Amino acid sequence: MDFPLTSRASAPNSTRIMASLFTSCSQTYDLPDPLPLDGGQSLEGVRIAFETYGALNDARDNAILICHATTGDQYVASPHPITGKPGWWSKMVGPGKPIDTDRFYVICPNVLGSCMGTTGPGSLAPDGQPYGLRFPVITIRDMVRAHMALLDHLGVERLYAVVGGSMGGMQALSLSIHWPERVARVLLLATTAVMPVQNIAFQEVGRQAIMADPDWQGGAYYGTGRAPDAGLAVARMAAHITYLSEATLSEKFGRRLQDRDAKSFGFGADFQVESYLRYQGSSFTGRFDANSYLYITRAMSYFDVSEERFGADHTTRLSEAFAGVTARFCVVSFDTDWLYPTAESRKIAHAVNAAGAPVSFMELAAPYGHDSFLLDVPALDRVITGFLSR
Amino acid sequence: MNRIMANLRPDLAVIAGHVAPGAKVLDVGCGDGTLMAALRDERGCDVRGLEIDPHNVAECVGHGLSAIQGDADTDLALYPDASFDYAILSQTLQTTKRPDMVLEELLRIGRRAFVSFPNFGHWRVRSDLLWRGRMPVTRLLPVGWYETPNIHHLTIADFRDFVAQRGLKVEGAWYLNGDSLISPAMATWRAEHAVYLLSRG
Repeated sequence: MDFPLTSRASAPNSTRIMASLFTSCSQTYDLPDPLPLDGGQSLEGVRIAFETYGALNDARDNAILICHATTGDQYVASPHPITGKPGWWSKMVGPGKPIDTDRFYVICPNVLGSCMGTTGPGSLAPDGQPYGLRFPVITIRDMVRAHMALLDHLGVERLYAVVGGSMGGMQALSLSIHWPERVARVLLLATTAVMPVQNIAFQEVGRQAIMADPDWQGGAYYGTGRAPDAGLAVARMAAHITYLSEATLSEKFGRRLQDRDAKSFGFGADFQVESYLRYQGSSFTGRFDANSYLYITRAMSYFDVSEERFGADHTTRLSEAFAGVTARFCVVSFDTDWLYPTAESRKIAHAVNAAGAPVSFMELAAPYGHDSFLLDVPALDRVITGFLSR
Repeated sequence: MNRIMANLRPDLAVIAGHVAPGAKVLDVGCGDGTLMAALRDERGCDVRGLEIDPHNVAECVGHGLSAIQGDADTDLALYPDASFDYAILSQTLQTTKRPDMVLEELLRIGRRAFVSFPNFGHWRVRSDLLWRGRMPVTRLLPVGWYETPNIHHLTIADFRDFVAQRGLKVEGAWYLNGDSLISPAMATWRAEHAVYLLSRG
């Protein structure tokens, strides 16, 4: 979900970079057919930007799809082209790492609606103008539908595994239920089968911050020289707090003051935590498009995997959503994650179990809150290595 | 008995030796997955585990086994009826809050249940209580009274009464002293622990 607290490398704190100008050095695939969407529309001319690592073997059975989180991207194990930071999961993905690229062919696409090369609201519509709010509202399953088109293109019939944390876990879950024949193992980290109401609430705060910024201009800010940087930064600051834990904040910042000996009796960033959040907010605007943030958080707040399978008026138990699923599951939560708490992961585990598919579940101890799945948790390395080993 | 099974704890070896090949098995309190691995690798069983300690669950996953972190006292209710051929509870019954309910759940989830437990009626335990007036600390009950996880001690005689009262059918019973099987005669005195195979009858 976010970059580690410890890697505060310099990021361009530029004035607004227009979404359509975000460059991507990734491979791209242009879908030959319109992509049908859950909202009833279909989207023409979809482009998917993606990174791959390792090589597909002759049997074509060693592919692992990694699904990124809300504001993540395809640069899972290669440097980010804008920030220059290492890939967001480079400690987990690479030669000899738990997701071993000497053994596995790893695919990481940028999700539909995002802004790192895959089609999103900042892309040009068929009329040559940026979509803006004309971009259709998408769902998690729509993102996965685009992933499946990419897998077809890459010649991957059946995945060795799909892996995802947070929103990436939602995509992995959706894939396992709607395309059960196409995946053998499902690894879910710090995620949920239904977006909890508290998270819907937090995300609404973020969207309202963006839309309250006069520079948002109803979403039609591309090419105007103005963009809702202030609103997007506030959205990021609010979200960032939810990814951390009280313990992390206390240890990292406490009530310590920032570059000063006394409180200023003003509204500058007196506290270190304030300075840190401002930095997180402003650096985020240099690498992410505000409209993409609206669309992606909307997709998350709509997410309910039972509803995806049975429709909005479903009254089924979660286990029924997994009927016919045969993949082996591994579900991991973290004890300090209050955004996607253990109870949500346990529900998934017991539902899969009741549906008869093999599943492991554990709550790991880690101090970093929701971000734990991205940070240094040795037990997680062992679990992932073990789960993928056979 | 092959090498892997020979390395199992004696009560686990008894259980592993009597599970039908290819059966679907739930191991409640599966620990690090030793029995599950033996059943999978030697008996071709489809095995799942329930375990309270996350480190043990991680060990299981590391061996390619499927285990869920959870508590037998509460989480067995989440398993559907008759979803397993066998439910196994080895050396765990005496640690549960309500052993009677856990046993009922085992026989709801599994068509048969293996249960093993340390026998509090062993002569050494009786002599500790009788002559020393102390709660026993033995090889199988190595922890002092104040920190033992064993909160519901029972004897073989207690278990026989319980099974009879509940109308359960004993399909097999094995008694162990040290690493050796012993005869049922005087087992209430001589067995350090017991293994039962139960069904609803």
